[in-house]
Amino acid sequence: MSKTIKLVYEVTADDFTRAGEASGDVKSKLKMMGVSPEAVRKVAIAMYEGEINMVIHAGGGRIDVEISESEVTVVLADKGPGIEDIEQAMQAGWSTAPDNVRSLGFGAGMGLPNIKKYSDFMDVKSQVGAGTTVTIKVLL
Amino acid sequence: MNMKLGDFISSAGFEIINGSGNMDTELSKVFCCDLLSFAMSRNPAGSVWVTVMGNVNTVAVAVLTDGGCIVIAESAMLDPSALEKAKQQGVTVLRTELPVFDAALKAHKLIVDK
Ligand SMILES: Nc1ncnc2c1ncn2[C@@H]1O[C@H](COP(=O)(O)OP(=O)(O)OP(=O)(O)O)[C@@H](O)[C@H]1O
Ligand SMILES: [Mg+2]
Repeated sequence: MSKTIKLVYEVTADDFTRAGEASGDVKSKLKMMGVSPEAVRKVAIAMYEGEINMVIHAGGGRIDVEISESEVTVVLADKGPGIEDIEQAMQAGWSTAPDNVRSLGFGAGMGLPNIKKYSDFMDVKSQVGAGTTVTIKVLL
Repeated sequence: MNMKLGDFISSAGFEIINGSGNMDTELSKVFCCDLLSFAMSRNPAGSVWVTVMGNVNTVAVAVLTDGGCIVIAESAMLDPSALEKAKQQGVTVLRTELPVFDAALKAHKLIVDK
């Protein structure tokens, strides 16, 4: 009875009102499925950071979520500007967020480090001018 | 070391901006931060989160972290879109004219250090 659930979300550019809706939806689905609170929290945090990065830095994108009995996989793909130096972007405190975004409480440069911390596997693939794909796995 | 949200609201005397949360929620900790990515990874479940950042993302972070309630300090504004989201998601939002530290201390004395 190992069934896999697949979910797809479109994330809109600069829409801060809706940012977090996809993560919130996945969170409540996992909760209803009886996934442990710690695992739900990990997925929610990691996915929200990826989602908000898409909104702020990449002009939106698409999120594919796969929930199996043993793990949750979240793939966030955008066609944004890409990341020049991924290693630098992964450092706590590094941010290119503009002032208007900082005034909303973002831009601490903690998003990617948070994803790393709260996931069991993380991969960032990016090409300048083409886009970024962030893959996150949380084991259940 | 815990207090129900309903009891906290009546003891703290903060203004209720949105009171649609579950009043039986157990509050156990107080948390202060305005930067959302720090709050995202640190806001404890069942917390009283004291902040001056009253935008829609504050509410989103409270939801995702299972926070107990939000306290807006310094009589800071809560955006209309944030209020709407709080209502929609059942997140209790309170407001006080107290500065962040004083508001948090008051909450701490009620919940943790009674
Ligand atoms: N999807 C993306 N597309 C393009 N650039 C990105 C993307 N995600 C992250 N970046 C780049 O990596 C930097 C670091 O990202 P990170 O999420 O760690 O911090 P931040 O978004 O700037 O601030 P915070 O997440 O704390 O609000 C960003 O400032 C941005 O330059
Ligand atoms: Mg970020």
